[in-house]
Amino acid sequence: MAGKTLYDKLWQAHLVSQRDDGSALIYIDRHIVHEVTSPQAFEGLRLAGRKPWRVDSVVATPDHNVPTTHNERASGVAGIEDPISRIQVQTLDENCDELGILEFKINDPRQGIVHVIGPESGACLPGMTIVCGDSHTSTNGALGALSFGIGTSEVEHVLATQCLVAKKMGNMLVKVDGTLGAGVTPKDVVLAIIGTIGTAGGTGYAIEFGGDVFRAMSMEGRLTVCNMAIEAGARAGMVAVDETTLDYVRGRDYAPKAEQWDMAVAQWRQLHSDADAVFDRVVELDGSAIAPQVTWGNSPEMVLPISGSVPDPAQEADVVKQTGMTRALQYMGLTPGQPITSIRVDRVFIGSCTNSRIEDMRAAAAVVQGKTKAASVKEAIVVPGSGQVKAQAEAEGLHHIFLAAGLEWREPGCSMCLAMNADRLEAGEHCASTSNRNFEGRQGYGGRTHLVSPAMAAAAAIAGHFVDVRTFN
Amino acid sequence: MKSFTVLTGLAAPMDRSNVDTDLIIPKQFLKSINRSGFGPNAFDELRYLDKGEPGRDNSQRPLNPEFPLNFSRYQGASILVARENFGCGSSREHAPWALEEYGFRCVIAPSFADIFYNNCFKNGMLPLVLEEPLVAQIFAELYAQEGYSLTVDLERQVVIKPNGETLAFEVDAFRKHCLLNGFDDIGLTLQDAEQIKTYEAERRLSTPWLFGFAQH
Repeated sequence: MAGKTLYDKLWQAHLVSQRDDGSALIYIDRHIVHEVTSPQAFEGLRLAGRKPWRVDSVVATPDHNVPTTHNERASGVAGIEDPISRIQVQTLDENCDELGILEFKINDPRQGIVHVIGPESGACLPGMTIVCGDSHTSTNGALGALSFGIGTSEVEHVLATQCLVAKKMGNMLVKVDGTLGAGVTPKDVVLAIIGTIGTAGGTGYAIEFGGDVFRAMSMEGRLTVCNMAIEAGARAGMVAVDETTLDYVRGRDYAPKAEQWDMAVAQWRQLHSDADAVFDRVVELDGSAIAPQVTWGNSPEMVLPISGSVPDPAQEADVVKQTGMTRALQYMGLTPGQPITSIRVDRVFIGSCTNSRIEDMRAAAAVVQGKTKAASVKEAIVVPGSGQVKAQAEAEGLHHIFLAAGLEWREPGCSMCLAMNADRLEAGEHCASTSNRNFEGRQGYGGRTHLVSPAMAAAAAIAGHFVDVRTFN
Repeated sequence: MKSFTVLTGLAAPMDRSNVDTDLIIPKQFLKSINRSGFGPNAFDELRYLDKGEPGRDNSQRPLNPEFPLNFSRYQGASILVARENFGCGSSREHAPWALEEYGFRCVIAPSFADIFYNNCFKNGMLPLVLEEPLVAQIFAELYAQEGYSLTVDLERQVVIKPNGETLAFEVDAFRKHCLLNGFDDIGLTLQDAEQIKTYEAERRLSTPWLFGFAQH
């Protein structure tokens, strides 16, 4: 019999029952909640007269609607100017207070983007099943966990039953061997993967990221890669547990301690695919060949190395694809053959659940240190992913570097990744963004998003257009 | 939940691939704490010529005359015909809520993104997968023939075209069962409460660090 994949092991460990019709009941260890996708679920529970099954499995924080500017933030919930956003955050507070759910409220030092605070606090651990009403929940899979996004009805279902009705996904291995070149980051790796397999390449699969590149990658980097598994179509991404994982988790607030730590580590060391495990699909990339990436269109798969030029739809044989390319070029205001480096940048956003961890802050700071933002760049904002990232960055003096270079240093939240708060693009503006989606209107009505790494975004802020960070000085 | 048995309705086109959930319902409308009210803003950025905001009277906004769903021939459509990877992007259930409230009970496409696909079933909607050439054929027929209607019979798992041709489709047995009967699956899961408790008791022993979180 063939060995088991990491996903097989996580699935089996959480299987409550397997039904004859192919569906299964899966137990959920950790449920993370934010203000946007939960109010209707709490309301549903209330209307049905149900109580949460296990309150101690839930942790909540507001992140999507919170202001990132210092003055507004200082006033807490009352500082949220938009009354509809304010009601949504208040509703989360009320629901959590009423039910006794642990919530890191708006100005709690532990507040932050759900997918940043989970691993950082130790609320998300290896071997867990983790869900949240947010597609980027795939992030936590970097810990060697089965973690995925769910809709609001499922948020209610997990609150009420601690379980989900699910069907096992396929096993997919994305193997990247070799060594990354200097200036090439985890963000470039995941964008290159999406460029290779497409935004539907992982649909129906749980993706395990394996190979030299991920073994050598930091935990922060693995979180970035798993974060964007959903942009490759996979609800869940994951990386096997190794010493990097254990070193990261050890000592976190909610990580097990003393004897329980030893007990946990003994189990977690099994969280890797067996040598003879069989995957339904395997994709291999050469890490040494990956260059810094920039997206040019309105789907993350529309991505090129920095040395590339905007493609010509006329060269595309598939009619549906060709139409999509033409539409994207029109929306993005680009012309076929235009070098990526010629795209001017109006705003820069460094942040989001993809790239707002301490290493991202350090990488961006290293690029802008001693330099000044181009005058043509209207605004460059750096938004740490959590209160703890912010405190750490400030302890290292990174905020002084950003401010001296003419970048803004903000309060933690989702911010301009999806522009539900006041941070957004104006129509027609190009943004070098470290976020995860370049969809039409995502960062503001008519806004033009280019997804890049923190180092590439920082370099674009200085140059005023995209540049190859490997040769930028 | 509304049950879904047999649906006969006008089909309308959404002729582009990778339609994401931001396109189906832009984020400014996600600030609502209600489950309804999203229909008038389905496909907001394609449907209107100006920028939509919550609380605006949508009936006063300029419609985009080039957007097919605004054509008179597609008014009242209940079946949306789409291209590959429909519903990609965020997990927002506001996307199926918006489509359902607009009037769509069924979306036909060659493929769907996983979370959107799943969310549809929770809202009495059927996301229906047909092979790409069959979908391309439906597009061609729909464009050629005004008033093009389809019948979707979930029990028999067939789509019936105006010319009588039937196309078989696959659907998970459990999801089909829930949809046909309009079952609330929380209620169904709670029938297995004893099994869940047994599993949980074992897990409490094997992974004690996962319990008692809120007391920290």
